[in-house]
Amino acid sequence: MNFSLSDEQQMLADSARRFVQGGYQPEALWRQFAELGWLALPFDEDDGGLGAGLVETMVLLEELGRGGVTTPYLATVVLGGGILRRADAACRARYLPDLMAGDLQLALAVDEQERVFAPENTALQACEEGGGFVLNGRKTVVLNGDQADRILVLARTGGEPGDQRGLSLFLLDPGSPGVTLTPHRLVDGHRAARLQLDGVRLSADALIFEKDAAFEPVRQVLDEAILALGAEAVGALSVLLDDTVEYSKTRKQFGVPIGSFQVLQHRMADMFMALEQTRSLLLAATLKTLEGHDDARQAVHALKARIGGAGRHIAQEAVQLHGGMGMTDELAVGRYFKRITAMDGLFGGADQHLAAFARG
Amino acid sequence: MDLKVPEQERHFREEVRAFLNESLTPEILEAGRKTTSVFAPVKEVMAWQRLLHAKGWAAPHWPKEYGGTGWSVGQRAVFAEELVRAEAPPLIPMGLQMCGPCLIGFGTEEQKAHYLPRILSGEDIWCQGYSEPGAGSDLASLKTFAESDGDDYVINGTKIWTTYAHHANRMFLLVRTRRDGKPQAGITFLLLDMNTPGITVDPIVGLDEVPEQCQVFFDNVRVPKRNRVGEENDGWTVAKYLLTFERGGQDYAPALGVQLQRLKQIAARQTTAGGGSLREDPVWAHKVAACESEVLALSFTEKRIKSALSAGKDPGALSSMTKILGTELQQRVTELGIETLGSQALVWQPQALVPGGDEAPLGPEYALTAMASYLNARACSIYGGSNEVQRGIIAKAVLGL
Ligand SMILES: Cc1cc2nc3c(=O)[nH]c(=O)nc-3n(C[C@H](O)[C@H](O)[C@H](O)COP(=O)(O)OP(=O)(O)OC[C@H]3O[C@@H](n4cnc5c(N)ncnc54)[C@H](O)[C@@H]3O)c2cc1C
Repeated sequence: MNFSLSDEQQMLADSARRFVQGGYQPEALWRQFAELGWLALPFDEDDGGLGAGLVETMVLLEELGRGGVTTPYLATVVLGGGILRRADAACRARYLPDLMAGDLQLALAVDEQERVFAPENTALQACEEGGGFVLNGRKTVVLNGDQADRILVLARTGGEPGDQRGLSLFLLDPGSPGVTLTPHRLVDGHRAARLQLDGVRLSADALIFEKDAAFEPVRQVLDEAILALGAEAVGALSVLLDDTVEYSKTRKQFGVPIGSFQVLQHRMADMFMALEQTRSLLLAATLKTLEGHDDARQAVHALKARIGGAGRHIAQEAVQLHGGMGMTDELAVGRYFKRITAMDGLFGGADQHLAAFARG
Repeated sequence: MDLKVPEQERHFREEVRAFLNESLTPEILEAGRKTTSVFAPVKEVMAWQRLLHAKGWAAPHWPKEYGGTGWSVGQRAVFAEELVRAEAPPLIPMGLQMCGPCLIGFGTEEQKAHYLPRILSGEDIWCQGYSEPGAGSDLASLKTFAESDGDDYVINGTKIWTTYAHHANRMFLLVRTRRDGKPQAGITFLLLDMNTPGITVDPIVGLDEVPEQCQVFFDNVRVPKRNRVGEENDGWTVAKYLLTFERGGQDYAPALGVQLQRLKQIAARQTTAGGGSLREDPVWAHKVAACESEVLALSFTEKRIKSALSAGKDPGALSSMTKILGTELQQRVTELGIETLGSQALVWQPQALVPGGDEAPLGPEYALTAMASYLNARACSIYGGSNEVQRGIIAKAVLGL
């Protein structure tokens, strides 16, 4: 067992930290990500990628989380790229080079209105017709959906909502007839869109995996997305803790720093422990998934539940201990608070993942 | 001891309902539905206050001689419940809940005669100038200074977190009038006109992107001495009296109960992967039940305090207890709100929350307010004396520690 980073991994962490602290330009960010090789990180060397693993993604995302960088990395590289990485050779050859060069944005559309998040809860219909498919229905909160050059749409080709079988994944050009995208913001400043499909015709080669068999690969990709989110959460939470501790040392009331009040000291000690436990679950889930342990998915559920629970605990305390200042849009605390809040809302909330953990 | 509802109260509920049905306009109701804070949209809520005032119901808790209704504790609870159920926007508290009671307690006859009717009618909108950048929890350390100059005070300094200062035409504030001695002993309570020369108001944008609070700067602002409430250097007595009202005067339980019912309706519309509704999900149901039983307890705690008040007893530190319990339950209910909606709660459309605005909600309207309410509710454990400070008061004043 070894929890230290390799030299390469440490270099990645250092360069990511330097990048984040160095005052990057938001408009040029994606191009720079490509130049730094970060967009190629998880892809096989045979596909032109760097062949790095989950640890490298974790290292990078923790730094992006610490820097509070708003990027389409999760949507394009982790979700979209995660799907394409598992697609056939022709599909990989066609799309991955553009993705790695920074010329292709992606989105994965799973969520539906008034349906609790779960890929098997998909109701959107894809009917076979004339050798192709016709899609009808609506997807909501499609991360990066407004900027994506291609959207991967999870649809039902068989069975009922709730069935794991009968799910198929389609690669959609958002410019196709019958597609209506309504862009919107998320509370944390990320971008998303509502996707309405009215009689959208797709040819059979829009199908990414075998028909009816998309559930398992989509679930694997969502697990990887939760790991990435967990890494980003750890980065963001450590800022919330550090900023709060720092603030409590400088803010004076009753003639003394508020950090000298024992109640507040205990609260910050609890925040610290919650952060360390989150970091431990991040490592557990990442390494178990990487090494293919039987209980890897359990650890992923535990991690996601913890992002929600500990995330909320730490973020709420950070705001509370900042007093009125914590309620403003001016401090970093507010921004990180909203990002952490959003994380619980993505890919199923804490209760849902704990329930899945309990089912084993 | 009994819980019998007097016949008269049952009629009263019908009377209130009938009045609300006929008087709440679509504009006021829209503002009510879109209120995600203690502080409702100004234009609509002031319109609502005028309608209530015309009926004589703007300040049920005031003594009858000053425009109160003379209702029983039970009737006031019924009224509060029906207001929430009808989704009426809550009236702005600074005049009706804070300044008014304070003037009734400490104002001169002239001040009462001038200001109280204007508070009731909504002609004046008040803001509360207590906190300063260096004086939050430690309010007594405030520095804004009022120099005596003939019949006037001349004020210099700054106030912060002043809610609705950009909408208000009046401010009640605490200033320092003496530099030596115990900090509490050199504070004076004043009333001022926001249009007096030398006042600058800078709005502060909150987590929910709404400029609700402000920083207010005073540069040689002249206030006539007749606008002083209480004696010079005795403002702390007035301020403390007012804080008790701010904390304990308010009932949290009625609104919480209605919000939980609404949450159940929303959960009933969310389909889980198991095919049932989220409302039937045992984990969800358990969490809501935990909240509901706390709200039931709180409703009785609040009733106990109200009946002690009406029997002329001082609820004292008990108002700290309802402030803590009420605000923390409020926060939990808003948490449940965003949990219930999952990713739908993340959709952020602040423009769609503006009453009469032209941006339509992307999802169902009930999903629109959940996140803004969650963000805004983080403040309620901070303002009105933070919950840490309230716990300190209970430890000292009740437990004698
Ligand atoms: C939304 C909102 C509206 C407001 N509206 C108004 C208004 O209209 N008018 C007005 O005058 N003010 C208003 N306030 C200000 C409010 O009263 C102050 O924010 C509050 O008193 C806390 O002061 P502070 O923000 O300076 O925090 P601080 O006093 O700096 O406190 C920071 C943290 O330290 C904790 N702390 C401080 N002292 C102690 C202690 N002795 N023991 C343990 N913990 C302690 C606090 O609980 C808090 O968690 C508003 C605030 C908010 C957030």
